[in-house]
Amino acid sequence: MTLLPLPLDAIEIGVHADTWRAAVTAAGDALQRSGATEAGYTERMIRVIDEFGAYVVIAPGLALAHARPGPDVITEGLSIVTLAEPVAFGHPHNDPVGVIVGLAVRNGDEHLHVVAQLANVFNDPQVIPAIAAATDAEAIRSLLGMTDPAKEPE
Amino acid sequence: MKIVVMCGVGIGTSAILKVNAERALERLDIDADVTATDVAGVQAAGSDAQVILTSPELVHAIGKTNADVIVIDNYFDLDELTAKLEAALG
Repeated sequence: MTLLPLPLDAIEIGVHADTWRAAVTAAGDALQRSGATEAGYTERMIRVIDEFGAYVVIAPGLALAHARPGPDVITEGLSIVTLAEPVAFGHPHNDPVGVIVGLAVRNGDEHLHVVAQLANVFNDPQVIPAIAAATDAEAIRSLLGMTDPAKEPE
Repeated sequence: MKIVVMCGVGIGTSAILKVNAERALERLDIDADVTATDVAGVQAAGSDAQVILTSPELVHAIGKTNADVIVIDNYFDLDELTAKLEAALG
């Protein structure tokens, strides 16, 4: 099983965000910090939600922030941001959101193995609350099945 | 049988829904082709589909269709997916 593209610096815990925009911005900042994206990608993730609504909140408490592939995606990457206080995105069933997963991909085919692995992890209903409650980044990587620091993705 | 999963941009959320819909269909022992699409492509992709799966936030974006529209609240809940697919296809 390939490791998810989630380096430690793409994880931020206990972020204070008053709005979903601030929460998605934090997930975009984390993608940028880890070298996966350039700044424009964050703005595009926000525009997707402006245009199509809160459908990115795909499970109770979890938003999968993403946009189409583009020149602002340097390499495929994930980020995870947990919020000190969950915020509403406007989803009829799954608000409030305490965990934001940022996803950047360069093309539609490339990301299928990442998505399949995310499904493997999150099909366990205990994982989202466990990530929301995690107090360090290594614990989150461990919840995602990434336990060997020697295999830290670059 | 053709099933279409739809999200805003055809990446990420729709792919997760596709993976889990295929797992639910396997549980039900139903053979179907599951295609991911976006809002812009749903009319073309959905024209010969029996079922369209999407989020409650995107139902209005589908427009006119002869397919059964199934709304999924939790994309990771295989029990919800299985029950709703079984109700529509069973």
